[in-house]
Amino acid sequence: MTATESTGGSERSSAPRGAGSAPVPRGTPRRTSTARRTSTSRRRATPRRTATRAGQYAALLGYLAFLAFPFLWLLSTAFKPPRELSSMHPTWIPEAPTLENFRQAFAQQPLLAAAGNSLLAAAVSALLAILLATPMAYVLARFRNRLSRAATGWVVISQAFPLVLVIIPLFLILKGLHLVDSRIGLIMVYVVWSLPFALWMLTGYVRAIPRELEEAAAVDGAGRLRTLVSVTAPLLAPGLVATALFAFITAWNEFFFALVLLKSPEKQTLPVVLTHFLGAEGVADLGPLAAAALLATLPSLLLFAAIQRRITGGMLAGAVKN
Amino acid sequence: MRHDRAPGRPPRFTRRGLLTTAAALPAAALLPGCSDGRRRTAGGRITLRFQSLAWQQDSLKANKQLVAEWNRQHPDVRVQYVQGSWTTVHDQLLTSFEGGEAPDIIHDASDDLADFAYGGDLADLTALLPPRLKRDIPQRSWETGTFAGRIHGVPFLQEPRVLIANRAKLDRSGVRIPTPEHPWTWQEFEEAAQRLTRGTTYGVAWPLKEPVSATLNLALSTGGRIFHRRRDGKVEVRFDAVDQQVPRTIHDQVNVDRSASRTTLGMGGSDTLPGFFAGRYAMVPLGFSYRQQIAQQAPKGFDWTVLPAPKGTALDQGVSPQTLSIAEDCPHKEEAMAFIDFLLSPPNMVRLALGDWLLPTGQEALKDPALRAAEYDWATGTALAGSLHSAPAQSVRGYPEWKDKIATPGLQEYYSGAIGLDTLRKRLVEDGNLVLARYQR
Repeated sequence: MTATESTGGSERSSAPRGAGSAPVPRGTPRRTSTARRTSTSRRRATPRRTATRAGQYAALLGYLAFLAFPFLWLLSTAFKPPRELSSMHPTWIPEAPTLENFRQAFAQQPLLAAAGNSLLAAAVSALLAILLATPMAYVLARFRNRLSRAATGWVVISQAFPLVLVIIPLFLILKGLHLVDSRIGLIMVYVVWSLPFALWMLTGYVRAIPRELEEAAAVDGAGRLRTLVSVTAPLLAPGLVATALFAFITAWNEFFFALVLLKSPEKQTLPVVLTHFLGAEGVADLGPLAAAALLATLPSLLLFAAIQRRITGGMLAGAVKN
Repeated sequence: MRHDRAPGRPPRFTRRGLLTTAAALPAAALLPGCSDGRRRTAGGRITLRFQSLAWQQDSLKANKQLVAEWNRQHPDVRVQYVQGSWTTVHDQLLTSFEGGEAPDIIHDASDDLADFAYGGDLADLTALLPPRLKRDIPQRSWETGTFAGRIHGVPFLQEPRVLIANRAKLDRSGVRIPTPEHPWTWQEFEEAAQRLTRGTTYGVAWPLKEPVSATLNLALSTGGRIFHRRRDGKVEVRFDAVDQQVPRTIHDQVNVDRSASRTTLGMGGSDTLPGFFAGRYAMVPLGFSYRQQIAQQAPKGFDWTVLPAPKGTALDQGVSPQTLSIAEDCPHKEEAMAFIDFLLSPPNMVRLALGDWLLPTGQEALKDPALRAAEYDWATGTALAGSLHSAPAQSVRGYPEWKDKIATPGLQEYYSGAIGLDTLRKRLVEDGNLVLARYQR
């Protein structure tokens, strides 16, 4: 049986028996997938199924609202004047929106310089993590033996170490290298910190690429390097983007290492500077804090928006096996 | 050189404790108290790093202006302003001291200094203090920065706890308006709160998310100390009748006469402000500096006033002032002290106090007309300055653990009505003394 026959047969067997659903004759061109989906959903639209679908959408909307709530509240707070911040009946949309919180935030703290420091640390550490993790992930995924399985296990276990335990050897090493209070030292820490998870993620992405593609390239005469560059790397791109984004955001949001390792004010990163809006016993300069926090959130959001397709592609890669 | 590190200190399994361990190991291995003198001199000029915790707009401005003025007047001793944060200062200083990277001049609160002072991280300022500064700050304030007989912090700003009240509700209720000269007794305060409780309005809202310091510091007014030093120098916890009066008043307001809101027990001070502005609570016991938030955030026409905290046998209450210290590793301690003396000259202390909406400790600064103004009830706070004393617990080793593990949950349960006074006393005293004993072997 050919592939065409198989498809046709399948459609015929599951076709509805009502009016307007004539059997598909042999040799008729295949319907588009959209048409097929439309037909299928119309076929299955029972009241119970509709109710289930409505419930699913309601749950999804509720979940999205739950996820979006902190960000929307931050957005709203950043534009509220002081008198609206302590209202007993808070509103989503500020009644008298103001940019004063942003003006104050920039006047009080060197936000742009701190954002520059965070950007530098996050971008460079993400790039380095990818450069180091990619070949290691390829080896772990393609050459599976006891050693690679042990290495993968160690990578997973290493994620369980608390920060305060990890900082001891890191501090020792950095102090010995005179890299405390140094951007290079902080970037090294971020690379080390994000590397295990990046490696774990990338190993999954490499495994999702069919080995047969590399074998076919080899049969066509491509060497291993050519195969890696021309066949594997393009297919791995979505995974690389997703992993780089993970490493970037991990470093962008990191607070503890930056607090402990950086002493000079001109080197401080954005999460550390955000704490300068907090007073003793949890009192906060709420408006400027919200404005500064909003600015700190935006790069991550913009980055997600810009490369969303690639991330989705990366996440779905290998989801359906042949 | 570090010295006097306390032997045999028991471990505390908190984040702070773990961090201490984390920071101590590299220091022990690599940095036995050395300092990098090169970063402090450039071209023959001394550079001192001043880590400030100023965070409010006016306070930041005042600090930065003063540093700039100093640098203009003293080209050979440059001060570099370094921004710190109240939320992270302890961890940051801990790692800074152990890593040999500590700031030269350190801004902190006196109740955070004990570990650093006993650990030899902070310089003994006793011989460095200029006579003018020593005279200007009263002895009761110096006690807050004194550890084992040595001064490790210069107290310069302090904050009394006051009652911030809705003036319209007070006037309508007909209760006597207390003044610093004629404050309410605790009994009068209870009666006033009852009279101010009408329908959905509570007479008082106690924000007691962190109940220990509020309870201990206010208990001083009834003679309660809770921490009592014995003749052999060791400290023990007691919870006698005088110690119980303030906690019992709060408990009864919440659980017996219902003149205090139960929901605010778990709140911080700022969290109670929306309800206060909306008229849900007639009075809120808060720190004096909360006036700034109230001035900024209160709805137009909202009339509020500052009342002194109630009086027991005296109007006294405990405080932990903000302090300035010098790192033991600082190679230019005299220059650092000269900067502190400049920063705390009477006119500059007034600028710092106004920026933070706090009271200065200096007697000359307290005379400044700006701090005796009727506006925002500065005068009420200034009149209370003489009744502020060192918080009883701040120099007690083991107090942080007692506070976190014993007193905070105990008081929270007692105030919410979950346990009685006997159970609370048993926990605070019996369990508490077991904790302190480990620190006093």
